[in-house]
Amino acid sequence: MALLRRSETVIAGILLLAMVLIGTINPAFWQLDNLFSLMRSNVIIGIMAMGVLLVLISGGIDVSFPAFAVAAMYLTIKGMLALGYNGVVLPLLAATLMGLAFGAVNGFFVYKFRMIPLIVTLGTSAMVRGFLLGVVGTSMININKMPTALIDFARTDVVSVTKADGTTYGLTAMVLIYLGLALAMHLVLRYTMIGRSAYALGGDPEAARRAGFDLRKTIFFIYCVAGALAGFAGLLHSGMIWLANPRDFVGLELDVIAAVVLGGASIFGGRGSVLGTMLGVFMLVMVKNSLIIMRVDTTWQLVVVGLIVIAATALSAWRDRRRAA
Amino acid sequence: MKTQMNIRSLINRDNNIVQLLVMTVLIFAVMTALSPDKFLRYYNFESITYIFPELGLLSIAMMIAMLTGGIDLSVVGVANLSGILAGVLFHKMAGAAGIADAGILTVLLGGVIALGTGLVAGTVNGLLITRLGITPILATLGTGQVFTGLAIVLTGGPAIVGFPTAWAFLGNGKILGLATPFVLFAVIAALIAFVLSRTALGINLMLIGTNPKAALFAGLKRERMVLYSYMLTGVLASVAGIVLSGRTNAAKSDYGTSYLLQAVLIAVLGGTNPAGGRGTVLGITIAVAALMLLSSGFQILRFSNHLIDFIWGAFLLLVIAINAYKNRTR
Repeated sequence: MALLRRSETVIAGILLLAMVLIGTINPAFWQLDNLFSLMRSNVIIGIMAMGVLLVLISGGIDVSFPAFAVAAMYLTIKGMLALGYNGVVLPLLAATLMGLAFGAVNGFFVYKFRMIPLIVTLGTSAMVRGFLLGVVGTSMININKMPTALIDFARTDVVSVTKADGTTYGLTAMVLIYLGLALAMHLVLRYTMIGRSAYALGGDPEAARRAGFDLRKTIFFIYCVAGALAGFAGLLHSGMIWLANPRDFVGLELDVIAAVVLGGASIFGGRGSVLGTMLGVFMLVMVKNSLIIMRVDTTWQLVVVGLIVIAATALSAWRDRRRAA
Repeated sequence: MKTQMNIRSLINRDNNIVQLLVMTVLIFAVMTALSPDKFLRYYNFESITYIFPELGLLSIAMMIAMLTGGIDLSVVGVANLSGILAGVLFHKMAGAAGIADAGILTVLLGGVIALGTGLVAGTVNGLLITRLGITPILATLGTGQVFTGLAIVLTGGPAIVGFPTAWAFLGNGKILGLATPFVLFAVIAALIAFVLSRTALGINLMLIGTNPKAALFAGLKRERMVLYSYMLTGVLASVAGIVLSGRTNAAKSDYGTSYLLQAVLIAVLGGTNPAGGRGTVLGITIAVAALMLLSSGFQILRFSNHLIDFIWGAFLLLVIAINAYKNRTR
């Protein structure tokens, strides 16, 4: 019975129902290559969602991570081209550290000046994007210039299947990276002091402070990790699409926040789980992809995502108020 | 002794206004020094009075939402949707005479539709926030997406071009030698200032923002007041949409996307407390003027739009830091 009452179970149920529905409307949904490509689309949004989950649990919000992701990605690739360096591990590390440094700025403003995270992250987002496009450059780096090592790394498959007509398709190994990061986040949130302090901060900052949690450490940890995950995901994304576009990820913050809230994280802070977030990400990606399969005009995508945000937040608000009452 | 106290309280109360004025004069002086021949031309200031009202209206709307500790991230979406719905109506009703010569009744109907859009959008926001208890950030983030999405669905992406002449007058005409949108802004700003400082609604909003629990125990109808404030925000956003579509003679789903950040920045810069309870129309007006001078100065100095975005972001963070520094004793 306890299993039935968990919000993850409910989300999984809705997800299965939606899959059956979409599959009935268009059986092509169940084809293995569609499922593989769905999982592939989960990777980048999913990694970013882990960071946003952490921020939402702490009672904050972050709209700057897409800007951080695109800046880390573009600067790293520009740097690789300038140095003539062709590798995987060091660039990913560099992008992650860049994201971490950006995140530290968020953390500094949120902690030091007690400012509403939304306003801080709006500011840092505009600064980072403005700097990138105004100073670094606006031109795309196409496949002919992209570092080959990154592309080769990102096209690794876990399994690959050959179709009857000779074309092959596979499940990208990037899914494993996503799963690994999700597992790490789960362990941190569940079993470490810093993870628990994020929940405490989101539950009640004053109570957390009096209970002896170090809020400065917690806030910096939260925003640094969110930035680092965004930076990592940004570079991985450019490897997966063989392109570095300095105008990428515009409006992505809404998709990711929608996915995390859909996954059962509370909009008031203090609640949320990695498993729920992964289900929420899958749901969002699936709905967006299926709009195309179901031949819904793509102009409706924004409306659908917006409605999902409203519905998911309304449900979350209703659930949490009932619990509080 | 007594007069001294009065002067001191006056300075304290208007401390922020005085600072803003000093900042505006400073910006003016620096820009004049950097490019005297281009910045000081009459044309420059005239063009500012045409662009200023859109941003000013959106910033006042943002300030009203912030009075109760909320925020409205859907203002730009509402503004665009209002302009587009009016544009769609004009295109549907345009007879053989063409859109430009549409009758005064058609234009009035368009105005009603645009303002109605703002009212409905604001009501939706207000109900989501008060009835369903969604936090304002997420509620308006979602509805803003829906409004922009509907605008894309209606237009299919490209801009709706061509508005009646009478409509365009609201955006780029002249009344007594002054820009129509500027006159419109002055009237609306005075009206809002009156509502906020002299009516029950305004006082209620300030009290709710200062201390929600105390306001509740004092018997204030919190839900209704917050709902009204978001309705007002929505209507102001749609007026901005009317002015914008009148000035550019077009309406598009992604016009003015950078206005969102600027509206938040101006609201905070103009002395509004994002946590609620404090904010004045006068502060907003001076802050908009300061930023418009700054932005026109940068444009004259040939800064790219991206760099200006960077500067807005940096400015916002700087203002936060300064405000925190000023309030550190509390």
